[in-house]
Amino acid sequence: MSEPLVFRFDVDGDDFTSAGQASVQVKKNLRQLGLLPEIIRRVSIAMYEGEINMVIHAGGGKAEVQVDNECVTIILEDKGPGIKNIEQAMQEGFSTAPDAIRSLGFGAGMGLPNMKRYSDEMNISSVVGEGTKIVMKVFIR
Amino acid sequence: MTVRQLTEIQGFSPVVLADPEREIKNVYIGDLLSWVMGKAQQDDAWITIMSNVNVLAVATLADTACVILAEGVLLDADVKLTAEQKGVNVISTDKSAYEIAKILAKANE
Ligand SMILES: Nc1ncnc2c1ncn2[C@@H]1O[C@H](COP(=O)(O)OP(=O)(O)O)[C@@H](O)[C@H]1O
Ligand SMILES: [Mg+2]
Repeated sequence: MSEPLVFRFDVDGDDFTSAGQASVQVKKNLRQLGLLPEIIRRVSIAMYEGEINMVIHAGGGKAEVQVDNECVTIILEDKGPGIKNIEQAMQEGFSTAPDAIRSLGFGAGMGLPNMKRYSDEMNISSVVGEGTKIVMKVFIR
Repeated sequence: MTVRQLTEIQGFSPVVLADPEREIKNVYIGDLLSWVMGKAQQDDAWITIMSNVNVLAVATLADTACVILAEGVLLDADVKLTAEQKGVNVISTDKSAYEIAKILAKANE
C-alpha cells in the first residue's frame, strides 16, 4: 500500500434504521485489506458512533476513511447545529438526544467517549450554526 | 460452548443461526448500545432486551458471538431478515438475563 486508500460515504440523516451502513462497509473493506481484528474493531466502532451522531444530532453528513501504511484516518463532516461546549459533550453521560432515540438504546452519552477510547488521536472542530468536523486516527502499528 | 450448543439447551430457540459453530467466550449484558460498544468484548454472548435493527449493527461492529434476546423479546420479520443478511447469530429465550448468564457461566466452567 503506497498510495493511501480512500473510502467515501454519504450518511443519510433521515434514515435511522440504515445508520451504520458506512461503518459496516468499512469493516468489510478493512478485513479484505487484512488489518488486525482489534484494529478493525476499534475503527469500525469509533466510526459507527460518529455516524450515529451525524444522524441523530446533525441531519446526516459525510464520512471519509483513509488507509495508509501507518494508520486509518476517519473524517466525519456535517452541516448540523454544531457543538456548543465540546468539553461538556465529551463527558460520559452527557446527551441531548431526544427520548425517541433513547428508547432505541442510543443517547447514553457514551458516543464521543467511545470515539476517544477507540482512537489513538481525535480532533473535534465545531462551529455553532455551521457544523462539526471530527478527525480520528487509529495507528496500525 | 458454541452458539449451536446453546440453542440445544431447553428454553433457547434459534432465531438466526448464521454462524452456529462460533464459540462463546464470555458474556455481556446491556441495553444501552454505546455501553455495549464500549464494554463488550469480541466473542461475547450479548444478552439484551433490545430488538431494533441497530442491535445488529452493534453486534456486527463489536463482533459479539451472538445476540441473546431475553425475557421473551422477539425480532420483527424485517429485522430478522437483516440479521440473516448481516450474518448475525440471534437466539431468543423467555429466561431473564441473570438466568441466561448462570447457564453460560456453568457451561464455560
Ligand atoms: N455531529 C454532531 N453535531 C451536533 N452535536 C453533536 C454531534 N455529535 C455529538 N453532539 C452533541 O454531543 C452530545 C454527546 O454525544 P455522544 O457522546 O455521542 O452522546 P449521545 O449521542 O448518546 O447523546 C450529543 O448529545 C450532542 O449534543
Ligand atoms: Mg452518540
